[in-house]
Amino acid sequence: MADIAVTENIAVTSRARALKRFQASDSIFRWLTGGASFLIMAIFLGILLTLIGGSWLALGKFGWQFLTNSSWNAVTENFGAFPAIYGTLVTSIIAMVLAVPIGIGIAIFLTEICPRSLKRPIGIAIELLAGIPSIIYGIWGLFVFAPYFQTHAQPWIIDLFGNVPIMKDLFAGPPYGFGMFTAGLILAIMVLPFIASVTRDVFETAPAMLKEAAYGTGCTTWEVMWRIVLPFTQAGVVGGCMLALGRALGETMAVTFVIGNSHRIDPSLFAPATTISATIANEFAEAPDDMYKSALIACGLVLMGLTFTVLAAAQLMLRGFERRAGGKA
Amino acid sequence: MNRALYVRRRLVNRMFLALSIAAAGVGMVALGLILGALIVNGVQGLSPDLFTMNTPAPGSRGGLANAIVGSLELNGIAVLIGTPIGILGGTYLAEYGRHTWIAFFVRFANDILLSAPSILIGLFIYELVVAQDVIEELHGFSAIAGAMALAVIVIPVVVRTTENMLLLVPNTLREAAASIGAPRAISIRAVTWRAARAGIVTGVLLALARISGETAPLMFTAFGNPNMSTNLFQPISALPKVIYDFFNSALDDWHRIAWAGALIITATVLTLSVFARLLEGRRS
Repeated sequence: MADIAVTENIAVTSRARALKRFQASDSIFRWLTGGASFLIMAIFLGILLTLIGGSWLALGKFGWQFLTNSSWNAVTENFGAFPAIYGTLVTSIIAMVLAVPIGIGIAIFLTEICPRSLKRPIGIAIELLAGIPSIIYGIWGLFVFAPYFQTHAQPWIIDLFGNVPIMKDLFAGPPYGFGMFTAGLILAIMVLPFIASVTRDVFETAPAMLKEAAYGTGCTTWEVMWRIVLPFTQAGVVGGCMLALGRALGETMAVTFVIGNSHRIDPSLFAPATTISATIANEFAEAPDDMYKSALIACGLVLMGLTFTVLAAAQLMLRGFERRAGGKA
Repeated sequence: MNRALYVRRRLVNRMFLALSIAAAGVGMVALGLILGALIVNGVQGLSPDLFTMNTPAPGSRGGLANAIVGSLELNGIAVLIGTPIGILGGTYLAEYGRHTWIAFFVRFANDILLSAPSILIGLFIYELVVAQDVIEELHGFSAIAGAMALAVIVIPVVVRTTENMLLLVPNTLREAAASIGAPRAISIRAVTWRAARAGIVTGVLLALARISGETAPLMFTAFGNPNMSTNLFQPISALPKVIYDFFNSALDDWHRIAWAGALIITATVLTLSVFARLLEGRRS
């Protein structure tokens, strides 16, 4: 009897000790994971704060004028972000105008038309292409596309619109090969696989039952896509395209090589221009003094504001869509 | 039956199908052209020199050995820093946070970081590490600054995949672990992490693929170095940065080396992504 009591006693104390150890390791682990999450928030806020801190000097001097001033003069230290903002917006708009219809077209091809045996290979190819480093698109634009475009397509386009009002201003000018249009086109090719794979995933969440019912009443493929799948997946498609827009706005390497780096605003899409990210990439390392550096960081802050707005809107739309579509997106 | 309507509907449908096939064609051709040009130009530049000699001065022979070593070091450290933080953060979101408001904000910040312009991450580390003068050893361009910039890109990718993979683990497994008295921390490490292992490794591989081609965050952090260096506190060379610099020059020799370098990083990125997909495929 005594033996049993002793072993029971040992069991109780060692069990209490073990429990305590578990409790300690449990709360340590919990704090570790919580700390990592905190670090993610800290990095996010840190980016915002360092950009604000770094641009303090320039924003203090130029104030809100910084956004609308179109001069960029290192000698007189008169800096304005307007040309870079203009170039960023125009190249991204060109990219979206070209990439959204083609990307959605590819997604429709993959979900509705493509024979089953080709579906997987093409789908995987597109996802792999989405991972190609952006610098590859940039050098292709500079060494392959721009020379060809300059000699074969650009003079022809300039002639074609030579007498059409508005268009003749948009496509004016000596054919350089590089410029806003080329940059927009390269961006379009870059975000194309991204849009295609996101919209394909979204299209696949449309309930098969709804689609079959529509086909059953005699709808054509076009009618099923336009009246059933698109309305059902609207928020997801728009959210995916906005994610792509967020990438296009902040892309550096695909643009820097082909934009032409000019702080002048020209109505012609064929004119050289600059974007915020290209300006920072080209000038930051060589910026000689604090005001110049600060103006470049202020440009970065503007870019952060732009992409944050677009990405936040995209997140909210996609979240709402995921909730509605039942988690799979 | 309204014949005209029927014909029109069929016509619209045909046009729509033709357009989306054309879109697929245009997209595939454009991407094919890029890969084609890369392979044609890149293969011409391939030579044993690439792996044995450092980046050359103008007019002399050279390769990419210092850049390859630098990239390996930068990517390696970035993954070493980013992976544990990413996995722990993702675990918090999937296991502890779930529907709390803290988790909501962390998830939101993470998703923004996931697609934030990488050049801004370069500026962030520049301000935080390179330009600061609190810790003297870290002041100035350095390998460690470059690795930190890349780690900031790794973290959100790993957080996202870890959270998604942990959420796929059935709750019955967690309940089973709890029912035999396993504390939460042990059940997460021994049960849920193990069940989601392939998915988490996929995430790390995808993150590695992503940073292998990143140029912008290295421009003001690792900066580049014409000599072989593995010193953490000195500027270090990296493949994407060398490619960028060499293509910005007018030297044909440098262009040839840079095309070969571009082929090397693309091949690396594609191989890593294929591996990641294979792992993912085996799981499902």
